[in-house]
Amino acid sequence: MATEALPQLKAKDFASDQEIRWCPGCGDYAILAQVKKVMPELGIPREKMVFVSGIGCSSRFPYYMNTYGFHTIHGRAPAVATGVKVANPELTVFIVTGDGDGLSIGGNHLIHAIRRNLDVNILLFNNRIYGLTKGQYSPTSEHGKKTKSTPMGSVDNPLHPLSIAIGAEASFVARTIDRNVQHMADVLRRAAAHKGTAFIEIYQNCNIFNDGAFLYSTEKDQKDDTTLYLEHGKPMIFGKERNKGIRLNGLNPEIVTLGEGGIKEDDLLFHDEQLAEPSLAYMLSRMRYPEFPEPMGVLRSVDQPKFDEEMVAQVKDAKAKRGEGKIADILNEGDTWDVAE
Amino acid sequence: MTMPQGVQERTTVTIRFAGDSGDGMQLTGTQFTRTSAIFGNDISTFPDFPAEIRAPAGTLAGVSGFQVHFGSEELHTPGDEVDTLVAFNPAALKTNVDDVRDGGMVIVNEDSFGATDLKKAHYDSNPLEDGSLDKFRLIKVPATKLTQEALKDSPLGNRDKDRCKNFFALGLISWLYGRPLHAVEEWIDQKFGKNPDVASANRTVLHAGHAYGETCEFFEHTYHVSKAKLPPGRYRRISGNEATAIGFIVAGRLAGKDVFYGSYPITPASDVLHVLSRYKHFDVKTFQAEDEIAAVCSSIGASFAGDLGITGTSGPGLALKGEALGLAVMTELPLVVLNVQRGGPSTGLPTKTEQADLFQAMYGRNGECPMVVIAANSPADCFDTAVEACRIAMQHMVPVNLLTDGYIANGQEPWAIPDPDKMAPIVVKHPGPVKTSSGNGNGNGNGDVEPPLFKPYLRDDRLVRPWALPGTEGLQHRIGGLEKADVTGNVNYEPENHEHMIATRQKKVDLIANHIPEQTVMGPEEGDLLVVGWGGTAGALRTAVERVQKQGKSVAHCHIRYLMPFPRNLGDVLKRYKKVLVAELNCGQLRFILRGKFLIDAYGINKVQGKPFLVSELENKINELLSN
Ligand code: SF4
Repeated sequence: MATEALPQLKAKDFASDQEIRWCPGCGDYAILAQVKKVMPELGIPREKMVFVSGIGCSSRFPYYMNTYGFHTIHGRAPAVATGVKVANPELTVFIVTGDGDGLSIGGNHLIHAIRRNLDVNILLFNNRIYGLTKGQYSPTSEHGKKTKSTPMGSVDNPLHPLSIAIGAEASFVARTIDRNVQHMADVLRRAAAHKGTAFIEIYQNCNIFNDGAFLYSTEKDQKDDTTLYLEHGKPMIFGKERNKGIRLNGLNPEIVTLGEGGIKEDDLLFHDEQLAEPSLAYMLSRMRYPEFPEPMGVLRSVDQPKFDEEMVAQVKDAKAKRGEGKIADILNEGDTWDVAE
Repeated sequence: MTMPQGVQERTTVTIRFAGDSGDGMQLTGTQFTRTSAIFGNDISTFPDFPAEIRAPAGTLAGVSGFQVHFGSEELHTPGDEVDTLVAFNPAALKTNVDDVRDGGMVIVNEDSFGATDLKKAHYDSNPLEDGSLDKFRLIKVPATKLTQEALKDSPLGNRDKDRCKNFFALGLISWLYGRPLHAVEEWIDQKFGKNPDVASANRTVLHAGHAYGETCEFFEHTYHVSKAKLPPGRYRRISGNEATAIGFIVAGRLAGKDVFYGSYPITPASDVLHVLSRYKHFDVKTFQAEDEIAAVCSSIGASFAGDLGITGTSGPGLALKGEALGLAVMTELPLVVLNVQRGGPSTGLPTKTEQADLFQAMYGRNGECPMVVIAANSPADCFDTAVEACRIAMQHMVPVNLLTDGYIANGQEPWAIPDPDKMAPIVVKHPGPVKTSSGNGNGNGNGDVEPPLFKPYLRDDRLVRPWALPGTEGLQHRIGGLEKADVTGNVNYEPENHEHMIATRQKKVDLIANHIPEQTVMGPEEGDLLVVGWGGTAGALRTAVERVQKQGKSVAHCHIRYLMPFPRNLGDVLKRYKKVLVAELNCGQLRFILRGKFLIDAYGINKVQGKPFLVSELENKINELLSN
């Protein structure tokens, strides 16, 4: 008997009928396009997907996806997503947040969702600025940043999303960038395949309030020297000529040139995303422009117990041990006594 | 029936056990209550403990008390005045003796009245000797010494022996009120089964206390309190927090829903989290969140995905949840928010009771943001009210504020266990899957954007929107905190739409009045005075009104469970009396609302001392209003 194959979904099938309201030229468009492109490949029906967001430009994302969606309140998407995932672990849950939403007002929820290793994907669009409130500095803005609220330059020391995620014991940590769509698609696929919290920082250009913040990492003449594309099991090599590498000097990374002073590939650091200890990943997360090329790709991917899975398992265990709870049983527990007619 | 010689019959008795936080007074009180309940008395209790876990020993700040009122008639309060005070140290005596009635009994552990103990309690002279306790029957018991003596053969160390002395008091009081010891003994065996030396020491001391009563000749008689004539059936002793938790679990079962309880530990609500976490086999998922905001947000998320989402807290936590409650109102999802009220503002009085969060429950959110508000009126009533809160939340797709308070949350009373077969199921509907145009649910695949199939804000005649669960084919939709167009749920900022949506959200809540019982009163349908209350004051108000009614006066009691929306007939009820008195443990919040809504000239009796009303103070106020 012939079985009819399910028609393959296309990117457009994941588009909602809502008009997109980001500024023309915003990096969010590229991210939306890649997410819509990758979703059909996952083989998950649209109704099994939930996009949860907080507040900010990035958080409008769920409105544009033909899945279930919840545009919540500022910073709280990880908390709402926790309830969604625990209530129905069969759902595939994406959290869309930004540097202000996820690291400022919602920092607490973000780190706790990550350390619990809830099985969700967190996409943090980092544009290093507050866009929706029209241009104040954000927790990832560089020190000295001049904005509407910091005319003399910001005196805040910035946070680094990947370092935060690793510090919170993340089981999957990656970075990609809006202008490298091929790479972004790869990272999204990897994240979707990961069980547990997958945290992705996406460099995103806000062309209105912080245009060119990541130009150093995307411009043709520069990008090969300012970024380090990580590959599991491969030496850390970068540069236009592919002749520069990262070597460990004591506990610190240093940039070396292959061939100079007899340095060979084998002398370089080899990337291992599966190390149980997060030290290497943390070290990578601290490599920053302009001193270092900034790592792109998967810094860390390890298997750890998943919160939602364990919570559901406890319910199952309790039932196995004590039987399915019945109303009459719970009412009649404790000290009871009878009063006769 | 003739009583044996030396036994006096009492209808009701109030005993308070008071001592240092480490003296085990809560345990002693609980065990005595348990024994009395099993014996068949009606009971009502009032534990009163300090906010500090262990304030310095012997100080006034460290005094912990447990009051139990038991009797052969129906009781609704833990008692105004104390008949018998058991004071384990000078600090406990000092902070509690004013509540003992003239001629009442004061039993002290005289071994703890040394010079340093007296100093710690700021006593200049020894009250056991200076005549200041002359109006009471003072009974001095060397409980520490007698405990050590009773345990002279026990292998326990001196410190551990000393810790048994609360059982001496329990044994003595059990003898005085004719309570059998076996229930306590069973409990000791269960609790300390793993530690037979401790179990045996506690038993020994319990019996020593009992024997001491018989032999010491301090007491002219013992007392007998007959069984109460409670309606027939099976009873269980229960606190408000336990009843609330069980109510949530039963509501989940009645609706066929998993219960998701997101909470952050806070006094006096944490026990609800503790109880629920023990019932995972009832499909209960408890989530101890990172903070109050995550607690409510996770519950909203759980409701969105199809669980019965509940969050529990106390006043300061409710303040933190405010923005998220707005989200629940906007997204019209079911949610129950338990607020076990305590003294405020700010951190306030964490372990004391108050009813000052009514305004917060009604109005404490930005924008026009109506929420259903209902309040439980006694420990056992927390069960019914919790079930009702869940029913309304799920059937009307609204967040519901469920108010209890520290007094009924920790207080205990007998609960007539309801018959599960007589509980009405909570009928909850979810729209089913819808096939897309290509008939396979997986999109048309032709590159066109499909028009949405589902209208998340299409309402029924009660203005309730559908609860469409993620995972359901064809019903993909987006919700959020931005203003939305009715029917489609799409973001919409148009002026008329906003006004329409505000009116609709309010009307939806107002219409719930058609699905709740009408307001009833206890007493005449019309008359001179109506005493109005809400929440945990019910027992005291009822008792006070009954007393005045017995004096032949025209007074009735109206206790409001549904505060938003009010019962349909409430305005009529209020207008049938010449005067209305609103009694609250706040500065007049319900009175303010009733005056504004019904234009009635309500009087108030208000108290904000972190303590419940005394029946006597209510009675005085009622009589004062009736005589003017
Ligand atoms: S303000 Fe910036 S981040 Fe926001 S939509 Fe416009 S370009 Fe994008």
